[in-house]
Amino acid sequence: MSDMRAKQPKGVKLDHISKIYQDPKTGKNFYAVKDCNLEIKPGEFVTLLGPSGCGKTTTLRMVAGFESPDEGEIYLGGEPINALTPNKRDTAMVFQSYALFPHYNVYDNVAYGLKLRKVPAHEIKRRVTEILSLVELSGMEQRMTNQLSGGQQQRVALARALVVEPGVLLFDEPLSNLDAKLRVQMRTEIRRIQQALGITAIYVTHDQSEAMSISDRIIVMKGGVIAQMGSPHEIYYKPVSEFVADFIGECNFLHGQAVAADGEAVKVSVDGHEVVVATDKRPAAGEDCEIVLRPEAIQIADQGQLPCKVELSCFMGSYQNYHVRVGDTLVKITDNCPINKKVFAVGDQAFISFEKECAHLL
Amino acid sequence: MAKTQGSALDRKKLLGDPIMVTTIVVLITFLTLFILYPLAILLVDSFVGDSGFSFSVFKRIFDMPSFTRAITNTLKVGFVVGIFSSLLGLLFAYVEVYVRLNKLVGGLFKVVSMLPVVSPPFVLSLSMIMLFGKAGVITRFLLGIYDNNVYGYWGIVVVQTLTFFPVCYMMLKGLLKNIDPSLEEAARDMGASRWKVFADVTLPLLLPGIGNAFLVTFIESIADFANPMLIGGSYDTLATTIYLQITGAYDKAGAAAMAVVLLCITLLMFAVQKYVLEAKTAATLTGKASRARMLIEDKSVKIPLTVFCSLGAAFVILMYICVPIGACFPTWGYKFFPLTGKWFSLVFTRYHGLKAFKDSFVLSLIASPITALLSMIISYLVVKRKFKAKGFIEAVSMLAMAVPGTVLGVGYIRGFSGGLFHTGLLQGLYGTGAILIIVFVVRSLPTGTRSGISALRQIDKSIEESAYDMGANSLKVFTSVTLPLIKDSFLSGLVTAFVRSITAISAIILLVTPSYLLITVQINEFAEKGSYSLACAFATILILITYGAVLLMNLFIKFFGTSRKQKEE
Repeated sequence: MSDMRAKQPKGVKLDHISKIYQDPKTGKNFYAVKDCNLEIKPGEFVTLLGPSGCGKTTTLRMVAGFESPDEGEIYLGGEPINALTPNKRDTAMVFQSYALFPHYNVYDNVAYGLKLRKVPAHEIKRRVTEILSLVELSGMEQRMTNQLSGGQQQRVALARALVVEPGVLLFDEPLSNLDAKLRVQMRTEIRRIQQALGITAIYVTHDQSEAMSISDRIIVMKGGVIAQMGSPHEIYYKPVSEFVADFIGECNFLHGQAVAADGEAVKVSVDGHEVVVATDKRPAAGEDCEIVLRPEAIQIADQGQLPCKVELSCFMGSYQNYHVRVGDTLVKITDNCPINKKVFAVGDQAFISFEKECAHLL
Repeated sequence: MAKTQGSALDRKKLLGDPIMVTTIVVLITFLTLFILYPLAILLVDSFVGDSGFSFSVFKRIFDMPSFTRAITNTLKVGFVVGIFSSLLGLLFAYVEVYVRLNKLVGGLFKVVSMLPVVSPPFVLSLSMIMLFGKAGVITRFLLGIYDNNVYGYWGIVVVQTLTFFPVCYMMLKGLLKNIDPSLEEAARDMGASRWKVFADVTLPLLLPGIGNAFLVTFIESIADFANPMLIGGSYDTLATTIYLQITGAYDKAGAAAMAVVLLCITLLMFAVQKYVLEAKTAATLTGKASRARMLIEDKSVKIPLTVFCSLGAAFVILMYICVPIGACFPTWGYKFFPLTGKWFSLVFTRYHGLKAFKDSFVLSLIASPITALLSMIISYLVVKRKFKAKGFIEAVSMLAMAVPGTVLGVGYIRGFSGGLFHTGLLQGLYGTGAILIIVFVVRSLPTGTRSGISALRQIDKSIEESAYDMGANSLKVFTSVTLPLIKDSFLSGLVTAFVRSITAISAIILLVTPSYLLITVQINEFAEKGSYSLACAFATILILITYGAVLLMNLFIKFFGTSRKQKEE
């Protein structure tokens, strides 16, 4: 497969990019994307993640050339591409609806881009065959696209984008039309192929687990602005805001006041009980703090750091799901492997505790 | 916050696409020159005389009693025809959607809905005269009435109602099918009688749609030239008055001013129809029927409705059949048997039938691919692309829908007989076959564009985007993706344009020169002279040609249509 590595994966740079839209009802202009700065290295897999209307798809479409940025410049492989039409850009997009040509069969769909590039026929045949075997669709060449399952259509769309060896591969929520099981399988596949070819990819999704499992780096967006960027690990464990913490997986927020900080950890008083959170922040004593706690990082037991009252206790198979009340705050806990632990019932008094490394201070 | 950079980039991208730019420029030139300019010149001519700007022409025509009478006549006929057609259309639509029909009645309905598509505009007037006129088969020979006068107000109303109600029927049928049956079942369940359900649920939901159908017919009626011409007698409408003002009184400035008046009326109606009623119709009836409707089996409802509609449908069909039969009577009015083919042979031996059919056929054949292609390009630009002049292109092609043929004809006479703005530029165009082709194109463009737009809206935008993204330029996207996907719509647009062109008369009759013989003009001429058998013979052959074209199209779509295959999956 070594000869199939992308010829030249390109870097992408968004330099102070903004896009302004007009609200059709009020007629007022607003920023769909605002002052977006982003540098993507060649071969990197970057995901734009956020709720609908956060500007992630607009950003992707600006890179593809379907939308023109109102401020800033986009660079592809170091070249400014603002003025290039989509057909002149070295990008290939996988669409949410797959956008396969219904009047072509699988082979012609995949060969379309190569024919436009006037690649010789035998070369087209070789490359299409090769790419179809990479996406595991060998033998399906003559099928019409409506004779394929959703997952197979997705593979054709992917093959069609890959075969032209684009400088950057763009994904616009490609898995949202598939059922849950297939979604998991396809995202693994996309990641495998991207790694094998060493291609640059920008991926748009609103599904945080998809983003987490597939990316080198995640860009969380909200209201047209980048809320945070970092590795999946950073985004999950070190969110910079309540929004990011809440958007990436289930999350609890404990409110308290700082007691003392030493540059490695902070002591925080929550409802008069002291807990420790590992952080290099140094909040002043008495300052309000917000502790971010993932449900799986909390233990529930007869003894611990913070007293609580159980309000919901629900057996989920692989874990026991609790909602407990700590002071006024509702805390969700997923307690794994409940079979060899004490299970608390609704109304029970208990204690929760957590390791200081598992908590994060906003 | 300014969108200047984005807009500048969009413009730059557009300009970097020479095919798109050329297409847009050519389109704008065409639309401006052949739709906007003739209408503008009408305005200019009727306001600006030798002594500069004045209302004198308008004052003059409004002082003519014949003109003011024509306005009231037109509005009166349009209003009554609008009401009759929409009611009749509603009845037919209701019966088809709500009542279980047997095969025969269903077949009758289907034929009725097809007829107005393939028939030349004045066929019903011809058969009306032949069946019910002074020497009509029914009035004189069956009933012994010797002085029945079909000419005039009632003649026009009956003929136009029968001509236009199938359009209302088709429109309302579509709407009725979209009403969710569970709404009516809910009312019925709460104790409403069938009549109450109709009055309280169905009718209110349908009301904007009925209003829409009414206005569409109203516009068709006031723009109609052929029927009032044949059966109007001394009862003149605006379209015929304008025609006579040019051909009889040689008063071109007066005709221009009259055309402006007619145009204003239709534009107003069109605006109301398009922006008020169409929006309302869409707003009340967006739901899809959740499941099949329980059809009415109740005999007390079913039998009278079915019988009435079947008789109506049979009568309409009889009117159409009357034309080919009339062409076979040896001497119309005196001797009906034995049937003869002599008129058909006379058409070709003495009355230059071959040339008439050749001219009509060839001109329409040239016009139809141009129309079909233009309308597909316009729909593509309107639906899929964004650029500044898009609004202009969409508005002008829709405007053409509201312009009566007579108005356009007068506009072309004024606009091109002396060259552009009477300067002699492009004067060579006038009187040629080319201008006839252009008129054909302009007259069929709106229908084609409308069907193209609705076909394109069905296609996911990202399919074309993905082709564009893969490196195809605009032309390549259009030819390799868009056009194949709307092949069916393109084919039917081709045939519709052909049929509309070969049966057109209102604008053409003002522009045709003796060097071209057109069938419709011939029919009109012979009917005017009272040679009904010859007119019928011409009309019969015309119907055969158009019907053949439609059959051919259906065959074509059956064997070569791509989208059918995809729909089946």
